[in-house]
Amino acid sequence: MADTELDPAVGKTEDAGAEAVERPRSLLLAGLRDLALVPAILVIAVVGYLINPVFLQSDNLINILQTMSEIGLLVLAQTLVLVAGRMDLSLESTFGLAPGVAAWLVVAPGVTHGLGALPGWTSVPVTLLVGVVVGLVNGLLIVRFQLHGFVVTLGMLIVLRGLLTGISGGQTFFGLPTSMLYLGTTLWLGVPVSVYLCFLMFAIGVLVLGYTRIGRALYAIGGNIDAAKAAGIRTDRVLWGTLTVASLLAALGGLMLSGRLASVAAAQGNGAIFTVFAAAVIGGVSLNGGKGTVFGAFTGILLLYMIQNVLTLAGVPAQWIAALNGAIILIALIVSRITSGKAQE
Amino acid sequence: MGDSASGVPASARHEGSAQPVRPLVEASGISKRYGTTIALKDSGIVVTAGRTHALVGRNGAGKSTLVNILTGLQSPDAGTVYFDGEVAPSIGERDAWRSKVACVYQKSTIIPELTVAENLFLNRHALGTRRLISWSALRRQAAALLETWSVDVGATRMAAELTVEQRQLVEIARALSFEARFIILDEPTAQLDSPAINRLFERMRQLQAQGVTFLYISHHLEEIYRICDEVTVFRDARHIATAPVAQMPPADVVAAMTGDAVALITRETRPRVPTSTLPVLIVDNLETGAAEGIFTDADAISFEVRAGEAVGLAGGGGSGKREIAEVIAGLRRATSGSVSVDGRVLPAGSVPDALKAGVGLVPQDRHAEGFVAGLSIAENITMTVPDRIGNRVLIAPKRRDALARRLIRDLVVKASGPQVPVSALSGGNQQKVVMGRAMANEPRVLVLIQPTAGVDVRSKETLLGVVDDVRARGAAVVVASDELDDLRTCDRVLVMFQGRVVGEFASGWSDRELIAAMEGIEIDG
Repeated sequence: MADTELDPAVGKTEDAGAEAVERPRSLLLAGLRDLALVPAILVIAVVGYLINPVFLQSDNLINILQTMSEIGLLVLAQTLVLVAGRMDLSLESTFGLAPGVAAWLVVAPGVTHGLGALPGWTSVPVTLLVGVVVGLVNGLLIVRFQLHGFVVTLGMLIVLRGLLTGISGGQTFFGLPTSMLYLGTTLWLGVPVSVYLCFLMFAIGVLVLGYTRIGRALYAIGGNIDAAKAAGIRTDRVLWGTLTVASLLAALGGLMLSGRLASVAAAQGNGAIFTVFAAAVIGGVSLNGGKGTVFGAFTGILLLYMIQNVLTLAGVPAQWIAALNGAIILIALIVSRITSGKAQE
Repeated sequence: MGDSASGVPASARHEGSAQPVRPLVEASGISKRYGTTIALKDSGIVVTAGRTHALVGRNGAGKSTLVNILTGLQSPDAGTVYFDGEVAPSIGERDAWRSKVACVYQKSTIIPELTVAENLFLNRHALGTRRLISWSALRRQAAALLETWSVDVGATRMAAELTVEQRQLVEIARALSFEARFIILDEPTAQLDSPAINRLFERMRQLQAQGVTFLYISHHLEEIYRICDEVTVFRDARHIATAPVAQMPPADVVAAMTGDAVALITRETRPRVPTSTLPVLIVDNLETGAAEGIFTDADAISFEVRAGEAVGLAGGGGSGKREIAEVIAGLRRATSGSVSVDGRVLPAGSVPDALKAGVGLVPQDRHAEGFVAGLSIAENITMTVPDRIGNRVLIAPKRRDALARRLIRDLVVKASGPQVPVSALSGGNQQKVVMGRAMANEPRVLVLIQPTAGVDVRSKETLLGVVDDVRARGAAVVVASDELDDLRTCDRVLVMFQGRVVGEFASGWSDRELIAAMEGIEIDG
């Protein structure tokens, strides 16, 4: 690809020469920035193996990937929103509420708070629909009414969390219909469907953000919204769409977790947003917008889950896991700061 | 390079040619008001195809409003814009406007995190198979576009890495790629050094030969005589004059810009402060580097301000007056040189140390640096002097309000009391609060930057009256401004142009002399 551009402009010998030296290097750097965490991931893999050889066994690796896949979709969703220069805190509540509403409507009354109002097959569409509705409401408040995005989604986080507590009576929904369990429990070639789905979503994310006009519009909006408007981008529409897709992805992630656990707890997703932000930042996504890639965010969440797994295998007692989770985020931030060599924003 | 200094006026080049003279852009009867402010009053402009047209006028003359209307960002209250004899598109049709006209603003419309290629084709990326973006085709298109207009910038570079000069060229190339052949350059030289200015002018001549027409806005008249064919002068929201530059000598342009408006505040000529008086403020070999966006070829600035003296620093945007004033107040760090007050050198770039030494500042932009809008007048005024209104830890509200009341009275701030939030005040009264903050410390050196920008006449008198009070107390005053009324209160005025002091005027200067010096031109006779 580089050779088409090395055509020096006629009569600009000296400057063109300097350009030619510079260009491949900056191209290389741009590519490398995406791979900044790969060395760290490899190091953690080796360390994990040395601590406990179980680490590299396929059961353990699949376990890491599956637990990661659910939160991973939240990271993907947040990455889209962050690149467009916004934040969506309510994703973690959508993650619990969407499958919660489906379970509430479908599960037969008796053991849990279910209504049994709808047949089992509707549970998956209902879950996704809840995600879309939450995203549309976020967009209505932030884009249409011009309310402050951070506070709106903080408010939505609390409201949606409260809704889930309300419909579930603070208890866990059991006895989910089989269609809700499919993504989290079915194995294809020994690997859960949720892992494939997570990979597929990230692949689509890479494609959309890197290779479509709408994806590049997100970078333009996050980088300089006035310039984006001047370039003819319908910024309001794009932002609204982004918030909706993000909530839809959160609902899908929640569905995968509910499927794996065969239940929806009232606290599902509680506190996950901190891990999500950490993974995005570790992966090189800027909280100021306009910067970062989907692949980077993927390496961020992968690194976090690998470190967490290594610590568990090292025999860290369960009571200490909460403290460690925070410490892991800080450690991962430091590791990515060292390997990327750039100040985080 | 082929300046007008070579003897042939730029416009003469066209006169022999058979090219018919037709207006490329014509705006007539344009009026626009914002609230109570009249920005444009039945004015207009006619730009002839192929001729670089200058638009000049002092601040508030209506230039920016006219640019917004010509680029379709705002619609006029009355009047019509024509391109090539056709009525301009309606406001919503961005693409139609972009195919007619483009403006390179001082503020960048480039997105720094994207490559040059993507900035050029934002939201109209080349698409390949399955309607996905073809990055290689995009890069080829961008490289071809840059080569067509001989812009020597790598298409794959990140826009953030570009210099101001390169960024402007990319913006021009982008405008040309929309087929626009009328380009407005809004103060393009404000952030360029002189070799870059020469290259820009050379580029403008090339593009002119390729059929591009420029509307050139600048505060530097001398540039207009180098590059422009025709000039239009605006003053007080009206069109004053349009003429070929060859037929309008600088003195006439300055006269058209200033008009015969009498000064709002008449002041008698002040006698020179005797040289035996001790200097309070000594500015020694100050340089603010290119890193601050100022000039690489600037000379070091040195001057002294004596006890009881007010010195004006005159100059337009980019002259360096603001930077020098901010260095004195510790808001900005100089690359070399020193500032001393009463014989003690101030630590560089420290506002607390400057305050302790008795430097009070009225900053350039009161909204950004002058006050906290949500806090009360009392809190704002006493912000610089916490130790005068309480002990180390606690604030004594009574003492604070007493100090605030005194300053409110001295400065005639119109407010019901010290507890009123500053956001509730008018522009003039807000500026008085900023002045009060500077005065709370009873400064030895008072630094004012554009102290009367956007305030009404009465407030202006009060604000400038402070200069007299401070001077009478034996303190030093520095007024960095391009407003003649501000400068008229000073004992002497140093004129800055492109980072250098180019002249010194004792009290009693004529308006035209001073403006000519600020615009960087010499008036003969």
